[in-house]
Amino acid sequence: MVSIDIKDLEHRELNQRLRAADSDCILTGCRGQRFIAAGMGSHSITIHGVPGNALGAYLNGASIIVCANAQDAVGDTMNEGKIIIHGNIGDAAGYAMRGGKIFIKGNAGYRAGIHMKAYKDKSPVMVIGGVAGSFLGEYQAGGSIIVLGLDAKERRIVGNFPCTGMHGGKMYLRGDCKNIKFPRQVTTRHADGKDLDEIRAHVEEYCSLFGRDPEEIMRSSFTVVSPDSKNPYKQMYVAN
Amino acid sequence: MKLEGQVRIPSGCAITAVISREGKRMTGERIAQAMKPMHDRSNGLGGGFAGYGIYPEYKDFYALHMFFNERATRKDCEVFLKERFEIVKSEIIPTRKIPEITDEPVIWRYFVAPLKSVLASLQLDEKEFVARTVMKINTEFPGAYVFSSGKNMGTFKAVGYPEDVGVFYRLEEYEGYSWTAHGRYPTNTPGWWGGAHPFTLLDYSIVHNGEISSYDANRRFIEMFGYKCSLQTDTEVITYIMDYLVRIQGLTLGEAASVIAAPFWSTIADKTDLEDKQKHIYLRTLFPSLLVTGPFSIVFGFNGGLMALNDRLKLRSMVVGEKDDKVFISSEESAIRAMEPDAENIWAPAGGEPVIIRVKDGAF
Repeated sequence: MVSIDIKDLEHRELNQRLRAADSDCILTGCRGQRFIAAGMGSHSITIHGVPGNALGAYLNGASIIVCANAQDAVGDTMNEGKIIIHGNIGDAAGYAMRGGKIFIKGNAGYRAGIHMKAYKDKSPVMVIGGVAGSFLGEYQAGGSIIVLGLDAKERRIVGNFPCTGMHGGKMYLRGDCKNIKFPRQVTTRHADGKDLDEIRAHVEEYCSLFGRDPEEIMRSSFTVVSPDSKNPYKQMYVAN
Repeated sequence: MKLEGQVRIPSGCAITAVISREGKRMTGERIAQAMKPMHDRSNGLGGGFAGYGIYPEYKDFYALHMFFNERATRKDCEVFLKERFEIVKSEIIPTRKIPEITDEPVIWRYFVAPLKSVLASLQLDEKEFVARTVMKINTEFPGAYVFSSGKNMGTFKAVGYPEDVGVFYRLEEYEGYSWTAHGRYPTNTPGWWGGAHPFTLLDYSIVHNGEISSYDANRRFIEMFGYKCSLQTDTEVITYIMDYLVRIQGLTLGEAASVIAAPFWSTIADKTDLEDKQKHIYLRTLFPSLLVTGPFSIVFGFNGGLMALNDRLKLRSMVVGEKDDKVFISSEESAIRAMEPDAENIWAPAGGEPVIIRVKDGAF
């Protein structure tokens, strides 16, 4: 385990040091540096302080643990690996990710999971412990987005216009979502036993990371959202 | 060299603000340093600051901050100013020579009071008179530009990175109860001193991150009321819209926010609070041409407070935090942490949800 004080490092040098270390790392004094651990394929990186935008972009197998809030576009286009945020996350989390997992202890900003996709054996997963902002899963094409709405109080589990343009993947929202308006091209239904089995391992992992009780969460009802067909937009442009 | 208004280049930017609800004054140094973590959001073509409460010894006078391209222009412009104002103080704005900031124009400030006789003959109130004079100078005096015109506040801007602009203008020598800051990444215009943010009119200032797509629609409407958009930058038009809605039309800040970041009709239709619903229908119907579309996050500064606002789709980031009497607003949490490592209650306002913070009564 190597510890690096990154207070005065800009992102290029920071990432060079990180790759050169070739071992698990603890980064201290982080303040807004972008692209941390971009493209990294192995090792675990623990970050103290607030990392900048595009944390773990193109991540390819490494694990990132953030002990604070994270900013925008975390896990942009990530392919494999794990990102764990012990706080809230900014906008466009998991932008176009196609593999790996993102666990967020608290709330997510706007457009979480925008254009998330699956590819062959890869299927990305994002678990949001709190509530999500508007446009959750915008243009979602694959993978799973799970929102638990823990400690939401009177806040809605997701803001306006969720699933706009969604055409693949699945979304699991805790509760009956009666106060949420979904677009026409998606179907919502109560989660059955099979659906719950699909998310059980992810919820358990969330709970072990952040100290919650998985049984209590899994006893709740969940709403499953999925697109009506594989290609709901095929008539929009050309017949194909 | 091409100036603002002569060419349009098809932005990222950084904004930050801090205010003390108790009216406690702080120097401009801290906010300038806070722009450092967001360095990459700018490209060195503009940085600027607005400080409120910085001129208590001249608080009853309009502080005109001006750029002149040469000494002769200043002399000509001064003749014009003396026909309209009593000038109680006129001085060069102190700056520091640093390699990061070059090609500076002549930078001057005047503390002025409109001549009563001129106001009486024009039958204008003081603010309207000052606003019209600013417009006149900025459109009719080539080489002269008023970039700040409020009372007990001032903007400081330049071509350069914001942290360097702060050093250039010696912001550590000013103390204000609120500050806004901007790092510029110009996308539509070439980047000239006058085009840096904040944009101001009277004590209203705007720092803006974004790229509004309704610029021409907004401009055509607002120019009907005497405003002249001389710089082709979208921030200028937002400043005039806020002046028109708040000062001229008398809307509250919240109402003005509902005009420029109006909710979708479908969102209004779903509102359950009928009074709120009616109000939104009224505002959208009355001011359709002042809806600002496209991505923006702005901080609007005024004497006694700040308002932060995102576009209704929230296409730009913005976070708010607080600590004791202070409230912080920024494009990135990292900048808030740079100002106050122990900031609390960090949250992101929703698109179109204004955050209004005022200094408590009598504290400014």
